Amino acid sequence: MEYTIFIVLLPMLMFLFLGLAGNKLKPITAGILGCTSLAAVTVLSYATAWQYFTMPRTAGGAYGATTVFNVQWLHFTESLHIDLGILLDPISVMMLVVISTVSFMVHIYSLGYMHGEKGFQRYYAFLSLFTMSMLGLVVATNIFQMYLFWELVGVSSYLLIGFYYQRPASVSASKKAFIVTRFADLGFLIGILIFGYYEGTFDFASVGAGTGFAGVDIMGAGRVMLPLALGLMFIGGAGKSAMFPLHIWLPDAMEGPTPVSALIHAATMVVAGVYLVARMFPLFIVYAPNVLHIVAYVGVFTAFFAASIACVQTDIKRVLAFSTISQIAFMMVAVGVCTPDGIGTEAFNEAGGLGFMASMFHLFTHAMFKACLFLCAGAIIHTIGSNEMTLMGGLRKYMPITHIAFLICCLSISGIFPLSGFFSKDEILSACFHFSPAIGWMMTLIAGMTAFYMFRLYYGIFWGKEAQHEHTPHEAPATMTVPLIILSTITVFAGFIPFGHFVSADGTAFTSHIEMSTAVISLTVAVVSIAIATFMYRKDKQPLADALEKDCKGLHTAAYHRFYIDEIYQFVTHRIIFGCISRPIAWFDRNVVDGFFNFLAWSTQECSWSIQGFQSGRVQQYTYVFLVGALAIIVFALML
Amino acid sequence: MGIALHQIVFFVAAILIIVCSILTVTTKHLLRSATYLLIVLFSTAMLYFLLDYTFLGAAQIIVYAGGIVVLYVFSIFLTRSNKSLYAFADKGKLASAAVAAIAGGVILLMCILSHSFALQVAPTADNEVTMDIIGQALTGTGKYQYLLPFEAVSILLLACIVGGIVIARKK
Amino acid sequence: MEYYLIVSTVMLIAGIYGFLVRKNLLAMLISIELVLNATDINFAAFNRFLYPDHLEGHFFTLFGIAIAAAETAVAIAIIINIYRNMRSIETKDIEDMKH
Repeated sequence: MEYTIFIVLLPMLMFLFLGLAGNKLKPITAGILGCTSLAAVTVLSYATAWQYFTMPRTAGGAYGATTVFNVQWLHFTESLHIDLGILLDPISVMMLVVISTVSFMVHIYSLGYMHGEKGFQRYYAFLSLFTMSMLGLVVATNIFQMYLFWELVGVSSYLLIGFYYQRPASVSASKKAFIVTRFADLGFLIGILIFGYYEGTFDFASVGAGTGFAGVDIMGAGRVMLPLALGLMFIGGAGKSAMFPLHIWLPDAMEGPTPVSALIHAATMVVAGVYLVARMFPLFIVYAPNVLHIVAYVGVFTAFFAASIACVQTDIKRVLAFSTISQIAFMMVAVGVCTPDGIGTEAFNEAGGLGFMASMFHLFTHAMFKACLFLCAGAIIHTIGSNEMTLMGGLRKYMPITHIAFLICCLSISGIFPLSGFFSKDEILSACFHFSPAIGWMMTLIAGMTAFYMFRLYYGIFWGKEAQHEHTPHEAPATMTVPLIILSTITVFAGFIPFGHFVSADGTAFTSHIEMSTAVISLTVAVVSIAIATFMYRKDKQPLADALEKDCKGLHTAAYHRFYIDEIYQFVTHRIIFGCISRPIAWFDRNVVDGFFNFLAWSTQECSWSIQGFQSGRVQQYTYVFLVGALAIIVFALML
Repeated sequence: MGIALHQIVFFVAAILIIVCSILTVTTKHLLRSATYLLIVLFSTAMLYFLLDYTFLGAAQIIVYAGGIVVLYVFSIFLTRSNKSLYAFADKGKLASAAVAAIAGGVILLMCILSHSFALQVAPTADNEVTMDIIGQALTGTGKYQYLLPFEAVSILLLACIVGGIVIARKK
Repeated sequence: MEYYLIVSTVMLIAGIYGFLVRKNLLAMLISIELVLNATDINFAAFNRFLYPDHLEGHFFTLFGIAIAAAETAVAIAIIINIYRNMRSIETKDIEDMKH
């Protein structure tokens, strides 16, 4: 399986090549090169997946974690060292497939979307950088390597969000994204350090990831420090995955080009937090199940929060961004409601550990349909020239392929049988109901809201009154529609993959059954929400929507302004942190610290000014000094 | 008279020197200063004669009193200007210079007077240095003979003549 | 002999005081002459009273007179030059140093 190194190496080489020599290439050459390398990476990932999942299982019936490479990089003690390597286990192989597929689709799509843009080669270089970082993240053998690639992913996101660097909005959005995620990564780093200190190692192999809890080993004082470390690591994951209150960067990150939003902020980077929790799952479930439940509660709140904001946004990319936040919160909830009952037995995977499989399954399907939704939005923006829903309407006549793809993905995200979204969401709801009925009903309600706002968006774009356009909207070129078709096809059929065979909480295979009660409830809720949305938004005039908006003006405005969380952040940072902490410290630095050195310089200068008089050029003064000095010496000589 | 002529002449010369040297440095007028210098130099020559150094006294009168003072007078006339307001430095400098000078003088006098010199000859003995001795000493190359310094001084004087011409010539 | 030394000391003090105090260059030179003259008296007195058989002091004085003459000549040449360039020979007008 040594060829797996090329999965990470190829995009890195492509980044270096395009970054250094891209200016000399024609744009189309750079694009073709990028797509070719991604095609190779995709093929290699599929080959890896095929080879991995057809390998014989280990004795416990689980897929073994294979370490393909492991190179020691930094050596601290005998057992504590930072390595770089490739670890293959069910979730990392699944992520390889997801990342390479979506990235490949985005590369092809960008050939059409970014056509004619200045900086085309730079764009492809950054895309390759991102792909390399994300791939490196998921195959990390130890948590420090994951942290390294985590930061690299953050950097790529910064570079890509700020791609249109001449726009101040893009610049501030990229800064915001980087700073918020970096701030969360502080928690991540502290968690890693505590973990490393008490565990004595950074490796995943020793925490039994992928070995069905066989290798879980606690060496140090694990009772309090390990949950603390895991909680801090979750904070880092919450920053990257846009959980409340660190979600503020994701809507602003929509300033970047739409394919970037599709790749990074829908399908891959934002799931890094979920992936982290999944990676540490064996430790979580055995030693810190309460932290896991905290994860679930944060997820529930975030999901509800984001869904309610998404219901009133008019910018289509922002609706999709909040939808992403909400769906990732779903995944966090799914993994958070796992309980350790029945661990080690057959029934674990269907009971306490169901959420793990559900979360990963939803990650897979969500990546596909959310990327497709974003790419459709990109096609619409490409032809309309703006993100606002008020400038769209009735586009189904002009963009048939986009229309159908968008519709399929909306149905999938709403959880309609037999699309993939139904299956994954159903598993999540089953897991939630198993944990606590309250959370189960809450998530069902949020699923209903999801269906509602997605169809509000759908009707707002493709139905309703047509707006005035300078030129008639046209369908996107082939390079843009082919990825849409491919992704929507995957969405249709992915639900039928027996995911439990491949990915499960302890690694053994199980077949997940669809609980009829949950399925019926979720389907009903989805259909009712779609019906409400259709009733409210299908026609040209929307009397009910406008009346609601007038009645609940305060709530509407608050939700439109994202519940003023950004303003709170601004207030805290500017008034409190800058005003009360930074400014005094800056004053101290300028006046006291610098002032001290200025004083040294000033006093030296003053001294030299004052002894300037010795070189006056007046001979009589020299003689006088000479005389007095000679007399003094004579007197001393006489005294002694 | 209990006091010899020798001593009277000495006292006269000494009084002249003291008074006139103080006047030299405290007078405002430059020409008067040069005049007092002349009197000081003549009195010094008198002192040399008292010490039986006749040639030295003669040389003093010829070179110092005759040549140098004339030179000073001429240059005073050459560089006369109307701009000079006051001949002395400000009061503060004046006071500090006076103090320093007088202090130095006191110290020197204390040193001199407290030291017992081993006098070899009584002050009134007659021991003239003749031209013969001087001539031989100046042109000889023996241990106590001064041919080399003589020649060196003549070269020095040549250099000064040339230098003076070069410095002061008109461009 | 001490009387000779007292006389020369007074002349020396007067010369030093004059050098420090006077503003005219020529007056400073005159004061220098006083100083030189004082040292000449000193040499002559010491030679006469302490070493009557030797003539070192005598010749030192002789050469001192010659050198004083030479130095005065050159100094006055310089002062004439200064007067030509700056029309004044006050010390306050020649205080500017090169830098």
